[in-house]
Amino acid sequence: MTAQAVNKSAIGSTLVELKSISKHYRKGKEKVNVLNELNLTINRGDFLALMGPSGSGKTTLLNLLGGLDKPSSGELIIGGARLDQMSNSQLTRWRAQNVGFIFQFYNLMPVLTAEKNVELPLLLTNLSSAQRKKHVAAALSLVGLSERADHYPNELSGGQEQRVAIARALVSDPQILLCDEPTGDLDRTTADEILNLLQTLNQQQGKTIVMVTHDPRAADHAKTILNMDKGRLV
Amino acid sequence: MYYLYFIMKNLGRKKVRTILTCLSIVIAFLLFGLLRTLGSAFDQGAELAGEDRLVTINKITLIQPLPYNYLTKVKMLDTVAIATQSNWFGGYYQEPRNRFSQFAIEADDYFSIYEDLYSLPEDQMKAWKANRIGVVIGKALVDQYQWKIGDRIPLIGMFPQQGGNTTWEFEVSGIYEAKTKGAETNVMLMHYSYFDEARQYGKGTLGWMIIKVKDKNQSELVAKQVDALFANSAAETKTSSEKDFTKSFAKQFADIGFITSIILAAVFFTMLLVAGNTMTQSFRERIPELAVLKTLGFADATVMWLVLGEAIFLSVVGGLIGLLFAWLIVAGAADALAATLPGLMMTMDVLIQGLLFVILFGIVTGAIPAIQGLRLQIVTALRSRR
Amino acid sequence: MSSSFLQIPIISWMNIKNIPQRLGTSSVAVFGVACVVGVFIGVLSMATGFQRTMLKGGAEDVAIIMRSGATSEMASGLGYAQAQEISHLPGIVRDGEEPVSSPELYVVVDVTKRTTNTSANVPLRGVLSAAFTVRKNLKIVEGRTFTPGTNELVVGRAVQRQFAQLNVGDKIKFGSTEWTVVGAFEADGGLAESELWCDAKVLQEVYRRGNSFQTIRVKLDGADGMQKLKTGLASNPTFNFSAQLESDYLAEQSKPLTLFIKTIGWPVAILMAIGAIFGAINTMYTSVSTRTREIATLRAIGFGSLPVAISTLVESILLSLIGGVIGAVIVYLLFNGYTVSTLNFSSFSQVVFDFAVTKDLIVQGIWFAVIIGFIGGFFPAIRAANLPIATALREV
Ligand SMILES: Nc1ncnc2c1ncn2[C@@H]1O[C@H](COP(=O)(O)OP(=O)(O)OP(=O)(O)O)[C@@H](O)[C@H]1O
Ligand SMILES: [Mg+2]
Repeated sequence: MTAQAVNKSAIGSTLVELKSISKHYRKGKEKVNVLNELNLTINRGDFLALMGPSGSGKTTLLNLLGGLDKPSSGELIIGGARLDQMSNSQLTRWRAQNVGFIFQFYNLMPVLTAEKNVELPLLLTNLSSAQRKKHVAAALSLVGLSERADHYPNELSGGQEQRVAIARALVSDPQILLCDEPTGDLDRTTADEILNLLQTLNQQQGKTIVMVTHDPRAADHAKTILNMDKGRLV
Repeated sequence: MYYLYFIMKNLGRKKVRTILTCLSIVIAFLLFGLLRTLGSAFDQGAELAGEDRLVTINKITLIQPLPYNYLTKVKMLDTVAIATQSNWFGGYYQEPRNRFSQFAIEADDYFSIYEDLYSLPEDQMKAWKANRIGVVIGKALVDQYQWKIGDRIPLIGMFPQQGGNTTWEFEVSGIYEAKTKGAETNVMLMHYSYFDEARQYGKGTLGWMIIKVKDKNQSELVAKQVDALFANSAAETKTSSEKDFTKSFAKQFADIGFITSIILAAVFFTMLLVAGNTMTQSFRERIPELAVLKTLGFADATVMWLVLGEAIFLSVVGGLIGLLFAWLIVAGAADALAATLPGLMMTMDVLIQGLLFVILFGIVTGAIPAIQGLRLQIVTALRSRR
Repeated sequence: MSSSFLQIPIISWMNIKNIPQRLGTSSVAVFGVACVVGVFIGVLSMATGFQRTMLKGGAEDVAIIMRSGATSEMASGLGYAQAQEISHLPGIVRDGEEPVSSPELYVVVDVTKRTTNTSANVPLRGVLSAAFTVRKNLKIVEGRTFTPGTNELVVGRAVQRQFAQLNVGDKIKFGSTEWTVVGAFEADGGLAESELWCDAKVLQEVYRRGNSFQTIRVKLDGADGMQKLKTGLASNPTFNFSAQLESDYLAEQSKPLTLFIKTIGWPVAILMAIGAIFGAINTMYTSVSTRTREIATLRAIGFGSLPVAISTLVESILLSLIGGVIGAVIVYLLFNGYTVSTLNFSSFSQVVFDFAVTKDLIVQGIWFAVIIGFIGGFFPAIRAANLPIATALREV
């Protein structure tokens, strides 16, 4: 895993840059402004917690960072790439190499075992099947689920499912991890386990993490806390 | 009214699905209308057949002729009101594919025995009788070949004339009308006297006899009487009511008719299954919503009726459109097909059957989810939301 | 990306593994396609079977001579002297001194059909011994042939099975004349098996046909035999006859009914197919909508939209294919070789034939299923590809 060494060494340099990013949705004739002229810089190795009331635009921002959606205006630069100028297929390719997603409801494929779920992103690379196995095993052991490798999602607890999801997000060694309320559906203890795991990843592997959360105690695990309201950072 | 609004809103939530479901129902009932109409076109003759008319044919087969003097003998029976005869000419116009029916008959008797079905204007009848090679034709033939009174029509017949020539020349003297819808007008009628005189073989024979009895309750008896007249002769006869005769002829196609009805059933039920499944599924997805309605205090029965109402509404709309299209197609094709399949029309019976199926279908597809909605445990249903 | 192609089987496989979760709609789609393909093959196999029976009996070195203008054997007629003259025309094979020529009578008789118990027009052919020489594929397989001058019948295998009172040894009455069945013949499943045969002389007498016949079948001598025969027929001004190849004649006879079956069969099959397509579209939309989050997640991870679309198509085509195969197999088991008889409009007599579910028909039916699957999966596939990821992920 040589890439990690590079990441680590680059800690502190700018990874994400948002320059007056706006996002609006159209609803019939009405225009709904969700993000207004947002400016933000995220450094490599940061662990950013994004907080704010419901509807303030957190998920929307996260989706932009992950290349799932495009800004209405403004510049969005991640690791030197201009996301706002990419076509849909370029974004698809970019996602495969650069981001790992972690969702509130895990979003594992119900028909695949934990191992196969984690392997999924690697299918988009040129790795051989033996190499893929190695990466999957490493990612699973990192989240502490090696013994559950051949369990199906419905045979796992919520916390375990989320850890599989984290392994899936990590396995292709992306530059940035994006988590939308990763602990929103979990109890306190399990949530703390997940948060500790994310913290470890941030500290030991130098992963850049952006996490949306409503929970102040979850935010405490982060290095930086940002608050949003009505589409602006406050 | 509010409920209707609610139903419409529900149908509009997944428009593509609603439209597809509706179209499947349209197609099911379109096919139903078409195939049932086609089926009943085969039976039509039997429905129009007069109960007081009998048909006498050679016992060997319809094709085999009978001696002409048989008619004279039958006419003498005092149970018989009118008796006449008819002959298959079996000709075609110009090309073999322009084949239609021609009968050689005796004008007065023929039109009086069929006075409930056909009429010919007095003056045309007169002109026809005065013209040896005259023929009268029905509307279907007029439409198909654009013939009019005075036209000369050469036909290539099955019977050679004396000298071996098989081309017969006729002249249109009149156009007869059907008195009831469905009576076939694709037949050309010629004078038997001309036909019999001119033909090379089979002189003095007739094809089949048509007998009108005095008392229709005695039909069966008269049939036996007629057959007894010719028992043990060289040409025995078989007499049956016109209805049975037409039916038994239709039965010659028996297997094909049977297969058609199997197909109809297969098609119809497949289409309905496809549509019904979609509808049931759309209700199943909404079970949590039904639970919410019940939480709000809607009565079980109201919830059930909302579901049933939606199902019936959709199937009535689809079914009516399907039947309407079937009707339009039948009406449009009726004229074009008049010569081969006369009397094609969608009867009231087919329509009513269709409507019954439409409603039944709505009830069946709505019933399972409606009952599920009725029994719904609110708490479980709400939890199943995620 | 090089692996874009590789993504298709991965996603398809996940779709397929997911099918049990929506077994209901999927099996309805399969059932729908099975019915459509079944009806499609069923109807066409009836037409094919009928045509096969009609065409099998037609030899290409046999000419049938009828009165000009006659469109069927029943409508034709010729006298004894004419028959003699025609037999000696050039172009006809000779067996020693005698030309191979078979004058025949063709009438229909009412016989009771076993299945419906009603009577139907069965052809009765009056023949001389030459009839057996002209038709070389005809074999007596039970009993013996009729003795000339007696009221004896030999019956075709097919008609014997479908109609009552035609077993060897049975006595059967047509009108007031009683006949004895003395044998049965086969003709490779051709049209002749739908007929009853007797001595032409006896039939002339019973039917009061004097010394006349209706048609003559002759064996043609070489490739130019037909031409010679036609020239011969034309050179005699008193003749009003025309010759055609037996195979052509039978092909012509089979046309109206085949056309009838097909003109009813095709529109029904197509309307049904449209219905099945709706079923498939609906199933696939359901498939896409139940997998919305799954698809969005895959897209978020970096899977392309094209593989997602194609995998939806693959699922749809696969389901249809299963339906098509089931339909074809069921129709094959149920209908192949199923014997029916019906009135052939052209000859006004019954034809007994088997449904023929041929390989071609099965292949056609399965293609039909694939097309249904493709059209049914097309729009849902587009929807799957265009799923806005951000919104789809919101759908909980
Ligand atoms: N596709 C869309 N069309 C219209 N409006 C949208 C759309 N997606 C989001 N919005 C609006 O954007 C605003 C921000 O939504 P977003 O999901 O980013 O909020 P959030 O901060 O994540 O809230 P929560 O904490 O509840 O998840 C909301 O007002 C929402 O209604
Ligand atoms: Mg959110």
